[in-house]
Amino acid sequence: MRPSPRPSSARAPASLRELRMQPAKPSAMSKRKLKESSEESAECISQVQKILRERFCHCGAAGKLFGMKQQYSHLLELLKRTTVHGESNSALIIGPRGSGKTALLNHVLKELREMNQVRENLLEVHLNGLLQTNDKVALKEITRQLQLENVVGDKVFGSFAENLAFLLEALRRGNRSSSCPILFVLDEFDLFVHHKNQTLLYNLFDISQSAQTPVTVIGLTCRQDILELLEKRVKSRFSHRQIYLMNSFDFKEYIQIFKKQLSLPAEFPDESFAQKWNNNVQRLSEDRAVQAVLQGLFQHTKELRALHSLLMLALSAVTVHHPLLTAADLQEAGRQRSADSRANIVHGLSVLEICLIIAMKHLNEVYDGEPFNFQMVYNEFQKFIQRKAHSMYNFEKPVVMKAFEHLLQLELVQPLERPSVRAQREFLLLRLLLDSRQIMDALQLYPNCPTDVKQWAASSLSWL
Amino acid sequence: MHAERIDTSSMYLPTFPFFGFSIIIRKCLFICFSFSLGIMNTRQQSKLIYSWYGKPLSSDRKLRTSQYKGILITSESTKTETCIQLGDFILVEGVNADQPYVAQLLDLYEDGAQHKRAVVQWFCRLGEIPQNKRKLLKREISAQEVFFDQILGYDTDIAAETIIKSIMVLPLHLGEELPMITLNKEQTFYVKQSWDGKCFKVLSPDTFSKLKEANKKRAVITNSSKAFIPPDTLTPVKKETENVLWSATKPKNVDTEIESKHSASKSSLAKERHSQRVANNDIKTPTARKKLELSSPTRSKGRLLGCEVLGLLDDDCDAVAPSEPSATKRKVKFSDILGSPPKIPCINDKSKSTSETAEHHQRFSDIQLTPYTKVKDFGEKDKNLHENGDILSPVGYQTRSILSPVLTPRSRRTCAQKTSALIAEQISMLGQEDFLSDSDSSYSSSSEEEEEEEDVPCTPEKKTKSSRILSTPKSSRKSAVHTPAKTPKKTPVQGTPRTPRNATPEIPRRSQAAQEPASALEEARLRLHVSAVPESLPCREEEFQDIYNFVESKLIDGTGGCMYISGVPGTGKTATVHEVIRCLQQAAENDELPPFQFVEINGMKLTDPHQAYVQILEFLTGQKVTATHAAALLAKLFSTPGPKRKTTVLIVDELDLLWTRKQNVMYNLFDWPTQKHSRLIILAIANTMDLPERIMMNRVASRLGLTRMSFQPYTYKQLQQIILSRLKGVKAFEEDAVQLVSRKVAALSGDARRCLDICRRATEICELARHKRAPEIVRMAHVTEAIDEMFSSPYVNAIRNASLHEQIFLKAILAEFRRAGVEEATVQQIYQHHVALCRMEGLQSPTVSEILAICSRLGACRLLLVEASTKYLHTRVRLNLGQDDVMYALREE
Repeated sequence: MRPSPRPSSARAPASLRELRMQPAKPSAMSKRKLKESSEESAECISQVQKILRERFCHCGAAGKLFGMKQQYSHLLELLKRTTVHGESNSALIIGPRGSGKTALLNHVLKELREMNQVRENLLEVHLNGLLQTNDKVALKEITRQLQLENVVGDKVFGSFAENLAFLLEALRRGNRSSSCPILFVLDEFDLFVHHKNQTLLYNLFDISQSAQTPVTVIGLTCRQDILELLEKRVKSRFSHRQIYLMNSFDFKEYIQIFKKQLSLPAEFPDESFAQKWNNNVQRLSEDRAVQAVLQGLFQHTKELRALHSLLMLALSAVTVHHPLLTAADLQEAGRQRSADSRANIVHGLSVLEICLIIAMKHLNEVYDGEPFNFQMVYNEFQKFIQRKAHSMYNFEKPVVMKAFEHLLQLELVQPLERPSVRAQREFLLLRLLLDSRQIMDALQLYPNCPTDVKQWAASSLSWL
Repeated sequence: MHAERIDTSSMYLPTFPFFGFSIIIRKCLFICFSFSLGIMNTRQQSKLIYSWYGKPLSSDRKLRTSQYKGILITSESTKTETCIQLGDFILVEGVNADQPYVAQLLDLYEDGAQHKRAVVQWFCRLGEIPQNKRKLLKREISAQEVFFDQILGYDTDIAAETIIKSIMVLPLHLGEELPMITLNKEQTFYVKQSWDGKCFKVLSPDTFSKLKEANKKRAVITNSSKAFIPPDTLTPVKKETENVLWSATKPKNVDTEIESKHSASKSSLAKERHSQRVANNDIKTPTARKKLELSSPTRSKGRLLGCEVLGLLDDDCDAVAPSEPSATKRKVKFSDILGSPPKIPCINDKSKSTSETAEHHQRFSDIQLTPYTKVKDFGEKDKNLHENGDILSPVGYQTRSILSPVLTPRSRRTCAQKTSALIAEQISMLGQEDFLSDSDSSYSSSSEEEEEEEDVPCTPEKKTKSSRILSTPKSSRKSAVHTPAKTPKKTPVQGTPRTPRNATPEIPRRSQAAQEPASALEEARLRLHVSAVPESLPCREEEFQDIYNFVESKLIDGTGGCMYISGVPGTGKTATVHEVIRCLQQAAENDELPPFQFVEINGMKLTDPHQAYVQILEFLTGQKVTATHAAALLAKLFSTPGPKRKTTVLIVDELDLLWTRKQNVMYNLFDWPTQKHSRLIILAIANTMDLPERIMMNRVASRLGLTRMSFQPYTYKQLQQIILSRLKGVKAFEEDAVQLVSRKVAALSGDARRCLDICRRATEICELARHKRAPEIVRMAHVTEAIDEMFSSPYVNAIRNASLHEQIFLKAILAEFRRAGVEEATVQQIYQHHVALCRMEGLQSPTVSEILAICSRLGACRLLLVEASTKYLHTRVRLNLGQDDVMYALREE
């Protein structure tokens, strides 16, 4: 697993670079330090970075579960009964992305594997809708994971039909009391629904409802309408056991989660540092500014991954010189996280390009969002130049065209239809992919923006 | 001159350990083997002509039937001819090309319509015995074991044209091990027990002796008088057995052979055998050639005279070596015998025989010599005896040793003709070669004289003898000629280890025993599982009776028919049909009904509608073929009458999935029952009542017929009864709780599965709650909770647990919808509303990136339907649930 590729990391190239460098050469850094304690604390810092980064990235496997006690016990009971009693079952775990579906399942499986009674009694088959894109592939994968291909020896699984018949035969032979129960985990369950005839689902659910090899089918999905997608026969065979994960915690719990996620474990080598760090975290959680940042995030999304990415950004600010997190770090991270990506692009444009965007904004206002072409934009721009009578921005038309094409490449402007060879580029219909609010915000932050341009942006009639 | 014949006889040899003349057969093995292969291969492709062997034994004028003692099967393409006589064991063409029926030929006759008929005693293969009955055997059954068939239902009168070839069936006592025969398995079967459809019995002494008799007779015939059978058919196995026999008499030889075996231990058995065979043949060949050359010049004219006999006998040789001089030579000999150009052949023969016997002795005495030296010795001797020694030169030295065995059998054969019974005795008792070989010469000469007097065609023995004389040398020569070419072909056929046709896949067993339910709740949960099969299906008695009557009547009439069963999921269609089949099978076992085969296919378990053919065929015959081939085979199977045809009951579940554009699968399925001989009963199951009208073409729907049945959804009373019947004897549910569940489910779908699942979930909830208090029984509250869990809409809950901005976004959508009056909006429009709402609530307004993140999150949950594209702000958005639901969910806050 690699660090979660969040959009925020793209927005913060500086911090990212730092992130990458640090684990690579802690010794180089330590050499630079003049203080005696620096070496020790550098060691601590790299340890902290390692532990916390692992926690933020591998939230599925190692992280803790928050607010899903009931679901946990439900699922655990279910799987325990499958293994101990050989009872067939089927269940769906439904919840929005990042709500901890996989984490829940992994925790349950981990606990099951620790039970003696269960360990040797359970065969697991993990399928993912993104990998097993059709039933044929899925069947092959099942056969492989059940290690049934040994039975067939050199026989080649030529046809899908043979494979299916083979597998069904294998499962039919079993019975409740003597066969090893099989756990099927279907990740991205909603994608299996689109397989032809839902053959795989029908057969899995059918086995789970008949006296064959005990089978438990667990589906993971984020779609709330999943039951409506099942074909009526498949639906009838599904036991309708649904486990919902909703992120149903409030802000207080959110703060607790924040604290737990950021605290160092008791087994951290340098106790005093850990103590200091944890105290700092405690202080942070009570800090008003920090709470405001967290509140903002919480209001946007309850997804824990968002919190992780925020903390990851903040953590990257921690160095030997700056060993403890501060509220400012978190605020900065919060700003980076919530920054608007298109507005960032606008900051890097030339004045001419900004002028073109402003012209387009005015056209949008005049024509109420109707598409425009280059010629219209150019005319609008010319009007502005003539009114102001400053030759400063008086560019040749080809130069303006070039600037316009640059905007096109940045996808700030999008053609309505694919450009064809015959159509002249000047008259290609286009649409602006920026909201007027975004443009105004970006202009506020644009360095050294000419005043008349700003005025023109505020109102198309400003020249009057 | 059926190839199989010698085959079988030689196979039988092991039981007569001292039957010395087996050595003779050895010589011929090689050719025979190649030959038998040919026959097997061509069976399917070449046209076979069946003709009577001999004259009618007796004829019934009135019935215009005439009985025969044998039948000749001539293959056009290979020019082979096989003779099958009464009492022989045969293979009869059956449903499955790979698994022909085994039978004993009891009678052959031609009926009034000139059809050739045969009366047989069937033997049952393991594959023909129902799976559940196999357990009765309580032992491992090899594929080569058959059962003496005492089922009365089967038609024992079959068309003679269905006979494939003759084989060997050996009776064994129950405890006896099957003799180890690794090659040529297809040719030999063993019978230990009889099967009468219900149980297995040990063979009664007289059937046992009869079977033994039949074999003995054949063995004697083949051994003693088999002259007419060109040894072509011998397969390598025989050779081995012969080798073994031989070794029994001459221990030293054994040693050498064993050595050779060891040396070749790495190569497959087949190869090993093959190599031995090659060696043997090579050794033999030169002498044969020599002999032939001696005889040929004088007799070449005789061809025409012998033609009748040749017609019967020759073909085998021709097929193998059509252009060889051998054919002419052989014929020449014939002519001699027939036309009696007197002494020369006799003398020749005699001289040969004497020389051979001499050699024979020599050989046995020479055991210690290595083969090579031995051969040389013989070669020299030969030279001395015959002037033609010079011919031998290149190959010669190897040859001699085996010439002698070739001839000895002939003499013995003649003896046997005269006193077959006596010899049989002798064989079984003594098997001393010396005795036989000594008597050779005199017997042979006399027999030949006799032959001349008798007319050739009438008795089989005669023919056999003459042909034999001719054939032996020929065959040996042939073997020499052909060995190099043939051998490579053979070895692969035998050598390739075929993967087992039906690999038995199995899920590993669990390492610890499954726990049995401990409490009443667990017990109840187990019984409430859908997979738990109740003893009877309550509330479906009427439907059960209708289906049962339908199938029963068809079974009794021996006709076919279709029935269409429809009903929404979970109404017990499949369960009821299975119950019917179970009862019918029970009845069939108790002999109340004729036996039938039961095949089930499920449209959902097929990857393609055409796979239905494959599965049906596999169920019926165990063959695995492609879909098109299977369709052809099934069509043939159901449209032609066959022996041993049982009625087939076919369940087609999820019929609607067998729909194809041309509907040929459905058409075929429903067309077969209308065929006269099909005896096929189809029970088609699907969900929709009007399926025939909706998706089927007229021609299909009309074949399906009007026998329909529809399963109504269960009413609440029925559901209640179902639950209570399952819970009989377990006090786990409150009366009212059961009623609540059944009423709720009946109102929603009437799906029994749902009902059971809710009850099961309720027991779990109850169990979880029990830790606190101690209610041993499922109450209303538990049931209500379970029902809520299963049926409550997830949307409201999802919206309530969404983040604040997600909720505001939903509100903004509602606002935009209200403003525009259209239930669709772009993100840009919603964004405006969102910002306004934020301003009202005093929140910081989100950036466009955040808005789009919110939008995609809601889209992933399918609260929203979001257009998938790169349109950014212009992406269009719709609600996936009613506006009222959103309002309701948001207002509660």
